[in-house]
Amino acid sequence: MIGAGLAVIGAGIGIGKIGGMATEAMARQPEFAGKIQGAMLITAAMVEGVALFAVIVALIK
Amino acid sequence: MRKTYFIVSFVLFWILISPSSLMAGEGEGGAESENREAHGKEHFNTAGLVAHHTSDSHDYLVELPFFHKTIHLPVILWTKNGLSIFSSARFQGDNEGKVVVNDDKGNRLVRKHEIIYYADKIEGMEHPSLMDYSLRPLDFSITRNVLAIFFVFLLLSITLYYARKAYENPKRLPKGVAAVLEPIILFIRDDIAKENIGKHYEKYMPYLLTVFFFILYSNLIGLIPFAPFGHNLTGNILITFVLAAIALVVILASSNKHYWKHIFTPPVPKLIWIVMVPVEIAGIFIKPFALMVRLFANILAGHTMMISLVALIFIFESAKWGIVSGIFVVFMSFIELLVAFLQAYIFTVLTAVFIGLALEEGHEEEHAAEGSIQATR
Repeated sequence: MIGAGLAVIGAGIGIGKIGGMATEAMARQPEFAGKIQGAMLITAAMVEGVALFAVIVALIK
Repeated sequence: MRKTYFIVSFVLFWILISPSSLMAGEGEGGAESENREAHGKEHFNTAGLVAHHTSDSHDYLVELPFFHKTIHLPVILWTKNGLSIFSSARFQGDNEGKVVVNDDKGNRLVRKHEIIYYADKIEGMEHPSLMDYSLRPLDFSITRNVLAIFFVFLLLSITLYYARKAYENPKRLPKGVAAVLEPIILFIRDDIAKENIGKHYEKYMPYLLTVFFFILYSNLIGLIPFAPFGHNLTGNILITFVLAAIALVVILASSNKHYWKHIFTPPVPKLIWIVMVPVEIAGIFIKPFALMVRLFANILAGHTMMISLVALIFIFESAKWGIVSGIFVVFMSFIELLVAFLQAYIFTVLTAVFIGLALEEGHEEEHAAEGSIQATR
């Protein structure tokens, strides 16, 4: 239970950082905004996948 | 297009014959339904509700506003005495192992938590093991999820057939379904396949398209709550297991010598090999495993959220929560819609990336440069 909560904190921080750096990069070079958005979405899904690993393990226990 | 049909049928067949097609009926809330007895007063069993709505079952309860029916799906078992087919109505709705069915081949079968066992073998067992195949026959039943796969197949066939028809007349612009699907298919071809796989991307287009549309349609029908939609397909770990297993087979089948050379003899100082080679070998299996868990967990989490939000009404036992829950559910649905598309896209992109990695060659310049640096020492 607590493990699942901690894992979600990690995911939150990670995705927040990804979003922050992505918007900063988009502000620096607006012409690449599309590509950066794509990369951001993929990376966010990966980080979320890792967090959900922990949730699944917590559920199974 | 014919190839796409072929591959869709192949994927379906594989999923259909996976003998543990019912295993995920064990339900995530199996352990927590004991909470009910532990608590003194009545506690609304949310975990049990979620488990009931997200797991597979032999009976299909159709609950529309004016139409309630339980369709008893056929049970198809490969038992010690041969193939046994009967309707699940013979279990009379029992899920605790009380009703014994005597089938035509002389087996005595009970059903406990949606798993069918031999009655004699599990006498008096509280939690018989799912994995012990001496206790249970091989289960090839048409369960609710198998029905859902057929339904997804039907939807795919119908939409793709009409999309194809729009291209028969080369003078007309595609309209209708084709116009919606064309940018998606072109996106998969250009930004996913060509970008990641490179030269031979055309061989893999049918497979990637099938994976993308199957996952997308399965996610979407999980979001629509009424029959004939509303099946939790990709939120079932066995379905995603089969998808990931097929991806692994495709990756391994398309790997070349270069790929294996890099796994067993990576171009790093030989001392690191002790660490790196096991990690690389584990990586072959962990990458599809991650694909499986990512898709499964994302979709199941979404469905669990939705069911829990509606269960709030029953926990608080007040009708006013109906309005609040309704608004929450609408907003969650938008997020779930995004997640449905995103997860289908991510699965496809990662599969394409892994196939591209397996097909990679032409590092000769690197090795040559390495060789020349060593030669000049």
